[in-house]
Parts: sequence; C-alpha cells; structure tokens
Amino acid sequence: MKINVVFTLVFTLALTHSFGQVKKSTKGTFALTNATIETVTKGTVSGTLIISEGKITALGSNVTIPSGANVIDCKGMFIYPGMIDGGTQLGIVEVSSISLTDDSDELGELTPHMEAITAFNTSATAVSVTRVDGITTTLVVPQGGLFPGTASLVNLVGYTPDQIYAGFKGVVLNFPGAGRRGFWDRRTDEELKKEEEKALKQLNDVWTEALYYVQVTDAAAKDPSIKVASNPEMARIAEVIRGKMTLLIETNKSSDIEAAIKWAQDKKVAKVVLTGVAEGWRVADKIAKSGFPVITGPIIALPTRESDNYDKAYANPGIMSKAGVKVAIRTNDQENVRNLPFHAGFAAAYGMSKVDALKSVTIVPAEIFGVADKLGSLEVGKLASIMVTTGDPLEPKTQIKYLFIDGWIVPLDSRHIQLYEEFLNRSPGLKK
Amino acid sequence: MFKILNILNLLFLVSFAQAQVTKGSLLIKNGTILTVTKGNMENSDLLVENGKITKMGKGLVAPAGAQTIDATGKFIMPGIIDAHSHIGIDVVNEASRPSTADVWVGDALDPLDLSVYRALAGGVTASHAMHGSANAVGGECETIKHRYGTLNPEEMRMEGAPRTIKFALGENPMRVHGEGNRIVPATRMGVEQVFRKGFEEAKAYMASWETYEKEKVKNPAAVKPVYNKRHETMAEILKGNIIIHCHSYRSDEILMLLNVCKDYQIKRLVFQHTNEGFKVAPELAAYGAMASVFADWWAYKFEVYYSTAYNAAILTKNGVVTSINSDSEEYIRHLYHEAAKTQRYGSLSDEEALALITINPAKQLGIDQRVGSLEVGKDADIAIFDGHPLSIYAVPQYTIVDGVVRFNRSKDAADQRLQASATRAETGFFLHKEQHNHDRCLEGAFENTATFFGLERE
Repeated sequence: MKINVVFTLVFTLALTHSFGQVKKSTKGTFALTNATIETVTKGTVSGTLIISEGKITALGSNVTIPSGANVIDCKGMFIYPGMIDGGTQLGIVEVSSISLTDDSDELGELTPHMEAITAFNTSATAVSVTRVDGITTTLVVPQGGLFPGTASLVNLVGYTPDQIYAGFKGVVLNFPGAGRRGFWDRRTDEELKKEEEKALKQLNDVWTEALYYVQVTDAAAKDPSIKVASNPEMARIAEVIRGKMTLLIETNKSSDIEAAIKWAQDKKVAKVVLTGVAEGWRVADKIAKSGFPVITGPIIALPTRESDNYDKAYANPGIMSKAGVKVAIRTNDQENVRNLPFHAGFAAAYGMSKVDALKSVTIVPAEIFGVADKLGSLEVGKLASIMVTTGDPLEPKTQIKYLFIDGWIVPLDSRHIQLYEEFLNRSPGLKK
Repeated sequence: MFKILNILNLLFLVSFAQAQVTKGSLLIKNGTILTVTKGNMENSDLLVENGKITKMGKGLVAPAGAQTIDATGKFIMPGIIDAHSHIGIDVVNEASRPSTADVWVGDALDPLDLSVYRALAGGVTASHAMHGSANAVGGECETIKHRYGTLNPEEMRMEGAPRTIKFALGENPMRVHGEGNRIVPATRMGVEQVFRKGFEEAKAYMASWETYEKEKVKNPAAVKPVYNKRHETMAEILKGNIIIHCHSYRSDEILMLLNVCKDYQIKRLVFQHTNEGFKVAPELAAYGAMASVFADWWAYKFEVYYSTAYNAAILTKNGVVTSINSDSEEYIRHLYHEAAKTQRYGSLSDEEALALITINPAKQLGIDQRVGSLEVGKDADIAIFDGHPLSIYAVPQYTIVDGVVRFNRSKDAADQRLQASATRAETGFFLHKEQHNHDRCLEGAFENTATFFGLERE
C-alpha cells in the first residue's frame, strides 16, 4: 500500500506539474480508490474502480488492486461516467462568424453523404475546452438543407477519424416546416405554408427515388448485368431505408413533430430518433405513443412562443420524460458544449427528476446511439469514459479532478485554463 | 413598427407628467437572507415599507394590510442587476454615423416588452438598457427598473440613476462604418481617433460657450454658438456627469480607451464584455475602471477567440469591480447561473459570485447607494429562490421591485403579454437557434436584418 501511495504522489505530480512540457493523454492501469461511484445504471457504490486496457475491469468495495496500477486516491470524490452530448457542431465550427471556419453546412438540399466526422478538427481549441468539463463524447451533426449529411458520434480524444469514432452514425433530416426564426423573420403565413409544402413534396420525391434506388441495387446484387450509376446521395438514404442506419429527424414545432412522426410511420422507417423537439411538451403523449426516442435541446433557451410560460424550454424534457418518452439532452452548441451538465441541471430544476437528468446525458444517449455496451454508465466491461469530481456534476461549483476518455487519462488542460494560469498573477504585472 | 410607435406616443401623451412609481409594503418571513455586502442572516425576516427595506432581523411584524411571504427554507437575495442588456426598448442602434452621442435610448422605452417579465422570472429587477455597438460613440442609455405591468414608459426609468453612454470598440464599428460605409473607422486605429476627435470638438464647443457667456456681459448682441447635442453630450462626459460603458473585447483596444480617458481626465469608465480584460486586469484595477463580462461566451467571432471562462475570476482577484451581464433577452433570465459558473472557473466564493450580479453592476451604473444589496434604507428590490441561487437546482419564486411583487412563480400564467401590438401580435413559433452567435448589440445596424441573422443561409 505504501508503494501505491508513493506511486500516487509521483503520478499526481507528473500530471499537475509538467511545467514546460506538453501535456499528453496516456493509457495504463489505474485504481481509483476510496471513491463514491455513481454507476448511473446500478446505483451508488463505495470503493475502488479499476481501469485496465482502456476498460473498466472491476468496481466495488472488495476489489483487488492490480500490481503496478497507478493508484489515485479519490477520498471524498465521486466517479461518474463521462457525459454524452447528443447534438453539437463541436469540431466542425471554429469561429462561427467566419464562414471559412464553419464546416457544418455544405451547399445543397440533398447532401446526406456529407460526413461530419471528415471535417472534425481533432485539435480544435474547443475540443479540450469541452472535455475538461467532463463531456467525453459528442454527436457531431451537420446542418442546413433537407438532408444536411451524416452525423457521427465521437470520443473527444484522438487525432484521426478512426481514433475518435465512437460507434454510431446517423443520417440527418431537417423535417420541413421549421417556422419563423425570430421577430425579424417577416415571411407571411402563406409564404411559410408554401415553403413547407414545397419542402415536404421534395422530401417525398427524394424518398420515392431512394426506394427505387433500393429496388434497383437489390436487383443489381442478384443480376450482374444491371449496372447502377454511382449515386452517393441515394446510397446513403438507402441505408436508412434498409434499416442499417438511423434517421435523425430534426423537428421542433408541435405540428411538425406530429407530421414527422406520421411521416416516419407511413414510410416505415426502421430506426428513428427525433431531435430538437422544442415543443415536445405540447405533444408529449403522441411522441411517447410513437416510441421514438428524443434528443432535445438546448434546454436553457427561450420558449418558442411569446404566449407560452417563460419556463417551457426548461420544463420540456421533464414533461416528455414523465409522459414516457426516452429523452436525451443536447446543447446544439459548438464552443460551449461544456454547458451540457447545466442544460440537464435546468431540466431537473424545472421538473425532470435528478436521476433522469443525469441519465439524459449519460446512459440514455448511449442507448439511443446503440453504444450502451461501451458508454453511458460505470459497469465492468465498458470503456473507461469517466470523470472524477468533487460532487454533483450538474452543479457549477463542482470541480473535475480526473478525466478518462475511451480508456485514456486526459490532461485537464485547455486554452481557457492556460490563460487562467498565465494571467491570474500576470508577470510582469503593472510595472515591468 | 409604426403602430407600436403610435401606441407609445399615445402613452407618452397620456402620462406626460412625471411618472408616479408604484411602491409596496410587505414582510418576508423566516428565510436565509443573503445581503451580499454584510454576510448572511439565517431564519430572518425582512420588512419592506413603501418600497424601502426598513427592518431586517427576527420576529418582525407586518404592518396592517401588508402582504406576508413565508420564505421558510428559501433564500432571499438582492434583486439581480444586468449592467448590459437591450430589453425594454424598441430600437437598439442609430447606426448612421461613427458618433451618435446625440441620441438617447430613453426616448424608445417599451413597457410592453415581454422580455422584462421573463427577466423578472430570473430574479432580475433592474437592467441597463443600452444603445447598440454599431458606432464608436453610440447613444446614451437608460437604467430601467423592471416594473412590468405598467403601461407608462416613464415608470420604467430608474429615477435618479446617473446618465450613461455606450461606446464601442473593435469589429462592430469597424464592420458597420469601415466595411459597410467606407468611412473611418475601418481599423482599431480609426476607432481611437473617433473618440479623440469627439472630445476635442467637445472641448472647443465648451470653450465657445464660455467665450460667449463672458462676452454676453459686455456685449448683449454677442452671437450664441450653434447648439450641438452631440458636443453637449461629449462635454458632459468630460465634466464627469456621464459614465462611459464601452463595448470591448481585445486587450489592446481596452488599453487604448484607458489612455484616451487618461488624456481627458475621464474617471468614470466601465468596459463591457471585456473578453480580454483578464490580460490587462492590473491596468484596469490601477485606473479604477470596471468590467462587465460574459461568464463563458467566446469563439463566436474572431475578437473573442482568445477568451477564457476564468475572466471574471481573474478580474475579481486582481481587484477590478466586475459584473456578469447578459446582452441577451435569453441569458438575462439566468444571470444567477452565469454567476455560478465563476465557481467552476476560478472558484470564487459565494459572496464574490453573487456580487457579480448585484452590488458590482450597481456600482458600475452608479446606483449602489440605492440597490445591489439587502440593507436597511435601500430600495426593496428582492429575489426569493427556493434554493441557494448559485445552485443549478434553484428556481426563482418571487421577484419584488420597490416592494411590489412583479413575479410570483405560483401565479405564472402562460400568456404574460400586456397587450398585443403590431410587432408582437402573433403567437407565432420562433426557434431562437443561433442567438448567441450574434450581437444583439448590432441589432438594427444593417438594413437587411434577415441576412444578418443568417436567415438566408438556411
């Protein structure tokens, strides 16, 4: 044990006092001892959590520490699974007002084959700024147009698409009828209606074409004499039709949500996730009945109508959750994805249970993305995506002390922290 | 837009005389009082009489007929103050010239703005309704109290609050005038000269009036100088009668304005946004300039790319009077949460964090003798939360202005609009998606606001 304590000291020093050295992520065997372990799925456990080969290999009060493990004493601290943001433009938008740093929005209405992960800048300043707050995994979502592209789930450690890919992709559909975007949007009701109908017709035309593409490619698979020209747009939508890929349907206005549900049911789309869903509270029962899961957010937002209660955006996740909808929370942000726990916290303050709020940024998105065997809770066999905190991660006051993503211990360093360290006591100060 | 102006004109006519501020009396019983300036008081009462705090302590008795609020288990804090917002006004920018010191936001107050009610629902009792940042010298601003319910714009003004004016540095004036109109300033060098020119003109203007006043005694036929409101306002800044509130981001431009103010012996100076204030905190502290910042906004444009969420903490620990502002009708609703972020980013104490949204913005607006803390004699502007206001789970329950309950969560009905108007007649669906990517500060600066708000991109 004494050896372990020494090890801990050396290790901690190495982590926190690497002045003049580049801080890097590393892998190894770790024992997080004396912690309160919030598993999310299996209650609260006191004791030790072991990380080996990038996975959680043991946790509980009666755990043997492997020899050679780096021991981190977590006395008084809490271990939570890393948080998952179910919808962001992190990594694909660097400075939003400078269009050449915005890779989120390709030209054209029909670009489902655009891969968000291709444009993900693993070294974007916001990546480290985000992860040091315990957000370990994000869905990178392209935007703009009817089919903006394909979203990817990524772990926020690594330097190549293969290293960051976290096992889920989904095709994004902006369901027609987004409504007015603010008081400055002066389109008339007729114009809006017309645009909505035009977009819906376009969607149905695309779908019909994609169904035809499926038939043709099915036939071509059996008959080599049938040649099919390359059509990456249709090929991608065909994967949705074949049930191999999830369709992420972005829809917010209550009537649009209902229309989207009906549309997806009529088309018998196998894997559907509703995203946005700002007015889900108006039609919560109908969403619940559809069985479609929801990724909603931002939660810290204005209500969609002036005639609604001031707190409806805050209350939305709780109302849907109580109606039986499976609800994950997203920020829909780029540089401030770090606020994810606070969006969940507001959901809890305004009606969602605290347990459900935590789940909405951990196990629920993991389940929605089909990666619950790897992420979203602290269980033996899962990837070590873990934060060690001084308390409830949804509380602003809480500090994050250690961070593991996909098995790697990640330095708690970002440009925001570096600037703090440089300027808290500036040198030279007032006088040079 | 015309209709609402007509309504406002009508209201002005009806209530042309000095507005009578509605004041109330009430007793708040048995809560935890967070005074901000004088520590916390457990299980204590707070008595309000005729709009003022008259007693704080235990076992206080309500005067006959006064409402009593049971605050058992609740937290009572000073009403939150936002030193930078654009709610409660009908226009933001007079974006026609690099200096528009002649205009005044107080001419465009809008008591119908629902944002004021929603701010109350976040415990905010007063805000600084500012001119926008399109011009290097914008217009004068108005400090308003959130007396939502009145239809009289005059009653929105915080009577007796000092005059303030909006200045702006960096990208916004450069974009609007340099890029947009091809006139100075197109650079941060040009911005400096707008101020220096303005102050020089004001000095010459003051001198011409002094000469005239002297000459008038000897020569009754002396010719008056031509009245110029722009020079008048700039002269009042030089005399110390108007506080400068300057939109700023980069440290170099902050130092520039500090130097301009040094040269003209201007003392009352507050930097707004101040994203790189942390880099020049010693200089700000030494000068006595104050800073009003965002908790964590960054990277939405290039001049805020090198920001840090630790800004407020660094400024505070370097002795700069710092506040956290919203600049947004959305963020103003949770300034208590924005203040709490300084506990994650810089570990500020509860008292330091709460000061960022109460006594410090009050100091910046020159109203700290009246509001910003809970003390006997101060205005009864109070927010009551069901938990500690810096906790994510805390929900504002009551918001009180001048002793009048203006927000009561248990009585919140869906539609809180006072009255339909030409601009707010619809209950249409608005998805406020990209709100923080744009400065509300720049609203009205471009003719085609649809393009500006990215509407056409979609």
